[in-house]
Amino acid sequence: MAAVRCVDLCKTYRQGDQDIKALDHVSIEIEPGGFVCLSAPSGGGKTTLLNAIGGLDMPDSGEVWVADRRIDQLSKGALAELRLSSIGFVFQAYNLIPVLTARENIEFVMQVQGVPAAERAKKSMAILEEVGLKGLEDRRPAEMSGGQQQRVAVARAIVSRPALVLADEPTANLDSKTSDELMTLFTELNEHHNTTFVIATHDQRVMGYAKRLIRMLDGRIVDDIEQHAA
Amino acid sequence: MRMLPVLTRLAWRYLWRNHRRTIIMVSAISIGVWAMIFMTALSRGMVDQMIEDGVSALPGHVQVHNKQFLDDPSVSNRILISDAELSRTFDSADFKAWASRVKVPAVISSEYESRGVTLLGIDPVAERAFGYLSYDEVEGRFLEGVDDNSIVIGRKLADKLETNVGKRVVLMSQDPENEIADRGFRVVGLFNSDVPGYEDGNVFVGKKAAQKMLRIGDTTTELVFLGDSYRNVEPTYDRVVASIDGTLDVKRWYEVATYLGSLLKVMDGFVMIWMIVIFLALSFGLVNTLVMAVFERVREIGLMLALGMKPSHILGQIIIESMLLLSVGLAIGNVLSWATIQPLRGGIDISIVAQGMEMMGAASVLYPRLYVSDMILANVIVLSLGFLASLSPAWRASRYEPVEAITKVG
Repeated sequence: MAAVRCVDLCKTYRQGDQDIKALDHVSIEIEPGGFVCLSAPSGGGKTTLLNAIGGLDMPDSGEVWVADRRIDQLSKGALAELRLSSIGFVFQAYNLIPVLTARENIEFVMQVQGVPAAERAKKSMAILEEVGLKGLEDRRPAEMSGGQQQRVAVARAIVSRPALVLADEPTANLDSKTSDELMTLFTELNEHHNTTFVIATHDQRVMGYAKRLIRMLDGRIVDDIEQHAA
Repeated sequence: MRMLPVLTRLAWRYLWRNHRRTIIMVSAISIGVWAMIFMTALSRGMVDQMIEDGVSALPGHVQVHNKQFLDDPSVSNRILISDAELSRTFDSADFKAWASRVKVPAVISSEYESRGVTLLGIDPVAERAFGYLSYDEVEGRFLEGVDDNSIVIGRKLADKLETNVGKRVVLMSQDPENEIADRGFRVVGLFNSDVPGYEDGNVFVGKKAAQKMLRIGDTTTELVFLGDSYRNVEPTYDRVVASIDGTLDVKRWYEVATYLGSLLKVMDGFVMIWMIVIFLALSFGLVNTLVMAVFERVREIGLMLALGMKPSHILGQIIIESMLLLSVGLAIGNVLSWATIQPLRGGIDISIVAQGMEMMGAASVLYPRLYVSDMILANVIVLSLGFLASLSPAWRASRYEPVEAITKVG
């Protein structure tokens, strides 16, 4: 059973008078425990593909399967349930809820999942330590640096141990040192917990960490190579 | 319900994220609620006073007559039960107060003028509790008992008759045989009344003197009973109905004085309309605040949806935000109105506009009446209409597509 399977995905956006093909008959299969980078120049379709896999955006045609479940025909509520239970998201920016503290942001998903308060507290404190943010739990996003915010977002994405983590340009706003730390964290989680990672990026350093690199151009997959992680 | 704590926390935090806007909106709600309750208390005070004066001028919360009496208020249509039997029935029944009286139309004449009046033959001791006259404030003296052969009239009537304390007047009416029944009385007292028409329309004599003049033995035309409040006459009414036979006509005050009864209903309607109008003015601000609050966090709403929150959770969060905003405004508005009304319970002098108020049947001192039921009504109206007003922005927020909301610029 594949962690992610996309079959012949197509997605066209209308921009002014032009039709932009964001996905052009894209088919991929990602095994559980995979560590995949989607690489493309801006407008190449990587974010669209990531959003389709996460159920945030619906393809015009084709099929999207997460684990053994076809998700492109699910209702909004069912998609929300799927994202809540099985998928962790890390976005490029606007990742955190600004009125909540770091710890509350991390606990947010668990709270929506209905995890008891004591367990939430235990898990959130443990993950804060794991991502190197112990002592910053009561800070709000505005009181943290970009790197710290991104680590909180990562902590939130992985705290419930989802089978799949989708990250869209997770290092875009980070310096190289923080980027390396973040990618090391992803790698460890991938190896120790067998979490599947799909990362959309055009950062060469990030690509270096991936076990598999999928290059896209104009909505099509132009290259799909297995590689040894850095 | 599981989501309630997290939605409430988010709503509360978002509310105070833009604290200046929230403070302005809370202030507007507080002032609106204060205006609702304060103006209602003033209106209630005025109408209560008009009704209480009117009821005390009737007087009595529950009245019993012969079934034909209200159509033809003559002694022919009197209650054919003796005073002694009435006393046996009602003295032991533990009413707050009750009295039997002779009440018929009559003509009063002095040596100069004649006027049509209502003759009231009363037991001044039994009637004291009804409070329609302050006996101590009567110029001269009030009646001393049922056997008192004197007459007490209003100051205005005395002026019209050009008579005064110590002079004699003649009362004339009809006996049960429709024969003229008349008798001379000496004026022993002049009373004043704030109730329009009361001073020049009513004269008081001892009950037995009236019975003797009208040749009706020891029967009367009207029984009156006092309850705890004019708003709560049902218990008294039920007990009176249970105490007498069905040949008599038992009526609540508002069935006798239909004008006063309808005034009460009009007042209830006015209060409701007043509150809704104020809320409608407030609702523009409320909806605007919520729309702005939603608009400025579209991306965050998208993020929450992406993380697995359902649209219904977003809907709930915005509605809770609205309810919290209204609740804070309501709490302050309630306290503010109570704190404003309490010091004014002793009365507000409105003599500067008293002449106009008198035309409406109101007195020159206004006593605000703060009813818990009015406060509850104001709170219920604000919360329920606020809920409806917040549905539109909440619905709009819940309909965002996560991916579009997250990528929204600006």
